[in-house]
Amino acid sequence: MLASRKKGIDYWLPKLVVSPTLVIALVFFYGFVLWTTFISFTNSSFLPSYELVGFDQYVRLFMNPRWLNAMWNLVVFGVLFIGICMVVGLVMAILLDQNIRAEGAIRTIYLYPMALSFIVTGTVWKWLLNPTVGIEKFVISLGWDSFVFDWIIDPDMAIYTVVIAGVWQASGFVMAIFLAGLRGIDTSIIKAAQLDGANLFAVYTRIIIPSMRPVFFSAFIMLAHIAIKSFDLVIALTGGGPGNSTDVPAIFMYQFSFQRGQLGIGAASAVIMLMTVLAILVPYLYSELRTPKNG
Amino acid sequence: MAKSKNPSYANINARAVLYAVLIIVAAYYLLPLILMIVTSFRSMDEIRMGQLIEWPKTFSFDAWSMAWSEVQIGAREERGLRPYFINSILMVIPSVAISTILGALNGYVLSFWKFRGSELFFAALLIGCFLPFQAILLPQSQLLGWLGLSGSLVGLILTHVVYGVSFTTLFFRNYYVNLPHELVKAAKLDGAGFWVIFFRIILPLSAPILVVTVIWQFTQIWNDFLFGVVFSDPSSQPVTVGLNNMVNSSTGEKQYNVDMAGAIIAALPTIVVYVVAGKYFVRGLTAGSVKG
Repeated sequence: MLASRKKGIDYWLPKLVVSPTLVIALVFFYGFVLWTTFISFTNSSFLPSYELVGFDQYVRLFMNPRWLNAMWNLVVFGVLFIGICMVVGLVMAILLDQNIRAEGAIRTIYLYPMALSFIVTGTVWKWLLNPTVGIEKFVISLGWDSFVFDWIIDPDMAIYTVVIAGVWQASGFVMAIFLAGLRGIDTSIIKAAQLDGANLFAVYTRIIIPSMRPVFFSAFIMLAHIAIKSFDLVIALTGGGPGNSTDVPAIFMYQFSFQRGQLGIGAASAVIMLMTVLAILVPYLYSELRTPKNG
Repeated sequence: MAKSKNPSYANINARAVLYAVLIIVAAYYLLPLILMIVTSFRSMDEIRMGQLIEWPKTFSFDAWSMAWSEVQIGAREERGLRPYFINSILMVIPSVAISTILGALNGYVLSFWKFRGSELFFAALLIGCFLPFQAILLPQSQLLGWLGLSGSLVGLILTHVVYGVSFTTLFFRNYYVNLPHELVKAAKLDGAGFWVIFFRIILPLSAPILVVTVIWQFTQIWNDFLFGVVFSDPSSQPVTVGLNNMVNSSTGEKQYNVDMAGAIIAALPTIVVYVVAGKYFVRGLTAGSVKG
């Protein structure tokens, strides 16, 4: 502080350097969110209008069965996607933590789908799940004539194919987070417990997993974030179909805003998506910031 | 693992089961990639008659050259994924470079040149890591329209820079905060200025975080589909949009070998980065998530 006051240039230069980013945050983050929120309260259709209509767009949004279906799909997809990724990720991380030979190679294999675009993942799984050319045909040719695996063309089951592809892509990533968490635990506590006669299972359930609470939280936040934003995976895998059976809010928002020219409803759906993210995020950030640990 | 000094049969069996499970799971992750690669080398006749899992009888690169430069995608004149791939490269290089430079400078200021309100600024910036982009799509497309950048690569680059800078700043700031501050303090007392300290002291120490940030940004921007589909027109669409259009264009028989070759082409740059620098890729993923 003292040194910087001596030199005038070093007093304002740092502020000048961050000023473009400050503009970005103010305009592109906060300004744009406010603009979207404002539009959601207007009667905008093809072009933005500035005539306020109160909560009309939200009423229309929640009267729309397609939106309700999209929200429900997000719940189904989100719960299964997050739940399965967490369980698979945790189990795999614990298994990999047992002094495994070639751990590096195995970890590399588990994690590579995370480097792919969801469009690539969707393209591959669309082919594998296609009953006439993919897994169903393969199993039938092995001799199991009555085998049926046609979820992707079944409106009641198609949303689960999104879960399958999503878990394939993201579970290795959760494994990596958990593995980093496991490696960060103070080994002396574990050794002490083992000396006291605790078996491996008890060490994990009583000591290690409870001490990984923050890691669980951040994995949950990341996965919830991926789930709420899920757009490309559904587009590439099912295109939202069959019918609208795998519609999600991100697709709804895109189609109403950019293809149907209903900006008001599109903006309202975007605001609801933002609220959903905030509803998950704010309690998390609150608990994070409350703990006096270093940032 | 004190027990392993005296291995019992039960212990060996447990290890065998453990390895079996790990290998089966590895197969689950690997199989789609292997099938993709194998299928891309098969002919359509063979795929139609043959099996999903089958070694190709004849290897051919036909599907690859189809996907790269021959297949008709939409109504555009230039064929194949090549023009889309080039768009992606033209988009990703400036986007990564600019957002990384901004992030490094922001991180440097936020760690060593704190001013009143700098912590608040950092906190306010972090919202960008969590913002669902749907909340900014409409105004961003309005703005690009006003600037005359609708459907252009420049508009796409601007978008990626703006919405990438939160992550790059977070990465650099969290790295710089853990550097010894005495270094910078001593340099300041010796009269070194803002840029001298940055270029002579901080930048030479930044190699690891630079790699992490560049890889993270490259992967994010290369794999992006949402901005690509909303803010570009056929002349500027990235390869993810090209691939999706190619796979979902409904003319004629589905050519799975071409689809798979196209998918590998679209995925190749990020897979190469992952294989070459996987350690840094993982570090970026965990840094982006665990630290907040």
